[in-house]
Amino acid sequence: MPYLGGEEAVKELRRALSNPHVQADHLRYRNTILKVIRVMSQGVDVAGLFSEMVKACATVDVVQKKLVYVFLCSYASLNPELSLLVINTLRKDCQDPNPMVRSLALRNMTNLRLPSLVEYVEQPLMAGLRDRAACVRRVAVLGWAKLHNLQPHTDIDAAVVNELYSMLRDGDPVVMVNCLRALEEMLKEEGGVAVNKAIAYHLLNRLKECDVWGQCEVLRVLQRYRPQTEEELFDILSLLDPSLLSPHVPVMAATLGLFLSLCSPGLPAVSMAALERTQGPLLAACGSASQEMKFTALCHIQLLLRSLPGLMGAHYKRFFCGYAEPAYIKQRKMQVLVELVNDDNVGLVLDELKGYCTDVSPNTAQAAISAIGRIGRSYSDRCLEILTGLLGLKQEHITSVVVQTMQDLVWVCPQCSDSVCEALGGCEDTLQDSQGRQALLWLLGVHGERVSGAPYVLEAFVEQVRSELSAGVKTELLSATMRVFLCRPAETQDTLGRLLHYCIEEETDMCVRDQALLYYRLLHCGIEETRAVLQGRRSDPSLGVLIGRPAEPVSQWASSFNTLEPLRQGDAGTHSAAQGAPNHVTLDPKPSIDLCDPLNSSQDGGETLNRALPPAAAADSVSLLLPAPYAGLLAPCSGGSQLSLSLSPALSPEEFECLWLGGLQDPHAERGAREQKEEEDCVCVQESVRVSFVPHRSSPRGLQAALKLVNIQTMAFTPPHTLPWRVYLYTHTRWKSPIPSPPCEDTQTLVLGELLYTGGESGRVEDKDEKREGGEQRKGGSEEGRVKVTVKQQPRDDEAMRGFLLVLNATLHTVSSS
Amino acid sequence: MISQLFILSSKGDHLIYKDFRGEAGKDAVTVFYEKVTALTGDQPPVVMSHKELHFVHIRQGGLYWVVTTTADASPFTIVEFLNRLTTLIKDYCGSLSEKSVRMNFALIYELLDEVVDNGYIQTTSTDILKNFIQTEAVSSKPFSLFDLSNVGLFGAETQQSKVAPSAAATRPIMSSRGEQGGKSEIFVDVVERMSVVIGSNGVLMKVDVEGEIRVKCYMPSCLEMRIGLNEEFSIGKSQLRGYGAAVRVDECSFHQAVKLDEFDQYRILKVCPSQGEHVVMQYQLSDELPSAPPFRLFPTIERDNGGRLLMYLKLRCDLHPKSSAINVSVTVPVPKGSLSLSQELSSPDQTAELRPQTRAVHWDIPRFPGGAQLSALFKLEVPGLSSASMMEVGPVGLSFELPKYTCTGLQIRFLRLTPVQPGSSQRWVRYVTHSDSYTIRI
Repeated sequence: MPYLGGEEAVKELRRALSNPHVQADHLRYRNTILKVIRVMSQGVDVAGLFSEMVKACATVDVVQKKLVYVFLCSYASLNPELSLLVINTLRKDCQDPNPMVRSLALRNMTNLRLPSLVEYVEQPLMAGLRDRAACVRRVAVLGWAKLHNLQPHTDIDAAVVNELYSMLRDGDPVVMVNCLRALEEMLKEEGGVAVNKAIAYHLLNRLKECDVWGQCEVLRVLQRYRPQTEEELFDILSLLDPSLLSPHVPVMAATLGLFLSLCSPGLPAVSMAALERTQGPLLAACGSASQEMKFTALCHIQLLLRSLPGLMGAHYKRFFCGYAEPAYIKQRKMQVLVELVNDDNVGLVLDELKGYCTDVSPNTAQAAISAIGRIGRSYSDRCLEILTGLLGLKQEHITSVVVQTMQDLVWVCPQCSDSVCEALGGCEDTLQDSQGRQALLWLLGVHGERVSGAPYVLEAFVEQVRSELSAGVKTELLSATMRVFLCRPAETQDTLGRLLHYCIEEETDMCVRDQALLYYRLLHCGIEETRAVLQGRRSDPSLGVLIGRPAEPVSQWASSFNTLEPLRQGDAGTHSAAQGAPNHVTLDPKPSIDLCDPLNSSQDGGETLNRALPPAAAADSVSLLLPAPYAGLLAPCSGGSQLSLSLSPALSPEEFECLWLGGLQDPHAERGAREQKEEEDCVCVQESVRVSFVPHRSSPRGLQAALKLVNIQTMAFTPPHTLPWRVYLYTHTRWKSPIPSPPCEDTQTLVLGELLYTGGESGRVEDKDEKREGGEQRKGGSEEGRVKVTVKQQPRDDEAMRGFLLVLNATLHTVSSS
Repeated sequence: MISQLFILSSKGDHLIYKDFRGEAGKDAVTVFYEKVTALTGDQPPVVMSHKELHFVHIRQGGLYWVVTTTADASPFTIVEFLNRLTTLIKDYCGSLSEKSVRMNFALIYELLDEVVDNGYIQTTSTDILKNFIQTEAVSSKPFSLFDLSNVGLFGAETQQSKVAPSAAATRPIMSSRGEQGGKSEIFVDVVERMSVVIGSNGVLMKVDVEGEIRVKCYMPSCLEMRIGLNEEFSIGKSQLRGYGAAVRVDECSFHQAVKLDEFDQYRILKVCPSQGEHVVMQYQLSDELPSAPPFRLFPTIERDNGGRLLMYLKLRCDLHPKSSAINVSVTVPVPKGSLSLSQELSSPDQTAELRPQTRAVHWDIPRFPGGAQLSALFKLEVPGLSSASMMEVGPVGLSFELPKYTCTGLQIRFLRLTPVQPGSSQRWVRYVTHSDSYTIRI
């Protein structure tokens, strides 16, 4: 906080400091200096008093000296010239018979942080290393680290480093630890202190002499030591074993960290045993009086549980929340409780969690409800009973979270859907926030046939769609209404009509509008096609494993143990997929809907369309956009040879036509000369792909979206049910070569393609094709159920062509197999 | 590694700021305070990051104690260090409050200078520090007659009548060499915190007791102190000692300076206390209590015809009639939207009020003698009360303090100092049990 009247105060203080009467009376002098420091720590800029304070430095009064040094160290960097005056006093103090004065002088000399003073500091520092008093040596050792930080790029004096190494044998444990610290900093570029066998043994033997902080430091440095033999390793481990049960949590944590780093590659059993041994001290820390320590311990218990899921199961009651605990502790405790649920304690845990659901803090209440939802994956009946009961409260934030939790639950446990459908009635009036309403709409859409009032609830939503602000809710409403229309057309037709009309005619959000248009056209194609597109999976039971989840290896998290990482706010989200923390983003069913038919979910449809608008935006590497089923397919070409497909620069239909026809369809006179010319850099390949579906009967949009996902743009296609069925497409291949100079200069090629399905008349069409494209290179023939692929590439690059065909084939197979 | 350390008042005033490494700018303080105030409602989490800055903070004495550090720092070490720093400052300044920190800023800077150098913790032991610390503490406590009224009768024999003045243990350790003339005292406190969950049927669902023995020493020189615990004291389930009612704890750990050579046989701890406050022993007991839990609640909750919520609470204290609980506060969560409260309490010194921001009725009882039973009737006006909103009533939380009582039954038999101190030395043993969290489901 800036202190008002600061300038006046500074003037006043200067007058007092330079008053000879004040200077004569050392108590008054000290009090005036005290005032300066007080004003300084309130945030007033007192840099103007620097020269007066330099004078005050020459005194025999140690308290006054200390105060002046506090001031000088804060402002020295602003007054490098005047600081030179202090150095003399400081150097004189370094000769003082009192070790306290010597250490004080040395410490402050190095704390001034002025590179210009380094030359004056080195000599007293060197003398300080050999001082009789340990307190001076402690300061001197760290002083070298400070000097090094001032000039990080200068060479390190080898003599100093050697001296510091030899001082590891100093009698004073703090000096020893300080040597380690200083060397770590000075030799950072070489990777810190070289811990050889002699040093490691020396440190281990002297561990007991150090205090808590020193032990932590030594244990941390020892993490770098690698014992040569297993015997040696076990010697070290058994020496450190008692520290695992140390009553000082920092030492316990540092020891466990060392155990993990020593054993994690080769000896998983030992690290597991170490984890089990530390559960006692960690539990004790969870009951510590300090909330912050409790929190730290809880976060680390979560880490341990990733590898030892059953650990502390017997102590689950220790993770019940105290009513006065801060919300951040309560949330972590609930996350741990979810992990510890088993057949014996589930009733008690749920009773406890139920109590938190009505907590006055909405965050705690939400965390409790999500936790119940997670437990519901294994014990659905009991949890659903609680969740349904909570809906009766008719409170906005509770209902919203309950509905979202139910959405997640239905997705992983299809057997719950009946009870959820029963419970849903009436909660639409309570829901206010968009996430809750989206969840409700999703549930209504997917299970519309089982919720008796679904069409009427949707109708109410449609009536208010004009005042709806969230685009997410609108897209969800669109797809929900479509789905309910499919199963209950009579009740929904009118509502759907109004909704589509509104979205197409009046909606300003492009995403929503495009999706409405898509559905509209889809309905034109026929009800069966619509059904095929819209009806995706309703659940994915494979996600719902809570009990019997495989344990992660310790090495997954060992590096973040005993760092700030596990305590971060967002941490719960990052590993929630595996860890099971309640989190809505990852558990949301929509992204994981079967992507073979990406239009079946509103969200995906909207995104696909959105992506189609600016093709340049989709120029990322294919593998980034690929959902799981495609990623695997693409691995050989995108991973191995680094081929990527991209949509930019976009081709306009005219350009496409020109290029396509230019290469393929000049059957007559001009052809000769031109083809000759372009023969070297232009290639045309034909191939047939066996497909099990009848492409022309299915929706072209599904195929279009699938191709889009692998960055192939469809240019044009024939309407369904027409023969021959054709699709024109293009893409750019690009080599992402790890070698700086790729084999050919232009690594980008343009690929144009045609998919042709001729149905039963394949033979005849092939003849025709042969006639038309007689001179082209051709592979394969056409058979029943095959799609003929004609591809044209410019400039020629056989490798890229092969990669492209691989991608295309894989995509077609995936689409056809769905 | 500690880059900066600062202490902020709850309003964001800079009390202490010390930059150990000159790596981050002074605006870190402002950044921190902005982050803290940006959070609404909930308490800020312990670790916060802003670009390259990582803040670890604790709250003690209504102040923010903040450290900026690197991402790979050990949170256990830093949190423990901050806790230790607060006890150090409490030892040196007498008490921990915004006022005492403001008044003793010079002393705190001096302490910080010795405790941390270049961002590395050097020492936190009062024995070493007392050689370096020169500044005298300024006691922030004004003289008050009230303090004197607590002083017990001198010369009385029984322990009960010998009551330490309440302010005695909140004075700075260093002032003894001043004009007060070395009043060498030693306090041994047995402090237990219990967290209990009692089910709606009155069954004890969960009980945890965390206890510790704290020694606060004002003696400049004390060679050895022997603390004798109950001879029946046993650790773990298997080990039972003596013939009387066993005093049992599950786990027990000692400060590394404690010598345990007589512990196994005679249950004697030997310590050489250094000045200031130290935790000599910590212990835990879970899942069972040697005696009945101190409070039982018999609630009757119903809706009346007029849409009002009637809560009839009967609270019984099961302590021994000689002891009593103080500062008992009962918190009953009530349905959202509760408007007004009418109450009938059994005595005038009790108070009750409805606090809408915590959505709860708070019933305060300043003193609750053992064996007594108090009752209260609350009538709440709740618009739109439905049967489902009854779910929002409860669980009831109790907070209280039980002076001169340990729920494990741990006692200190004797306290001997060697060499025997000259007459002025005084030894005090105090017992207290706090409720960490005492929840009764309805």
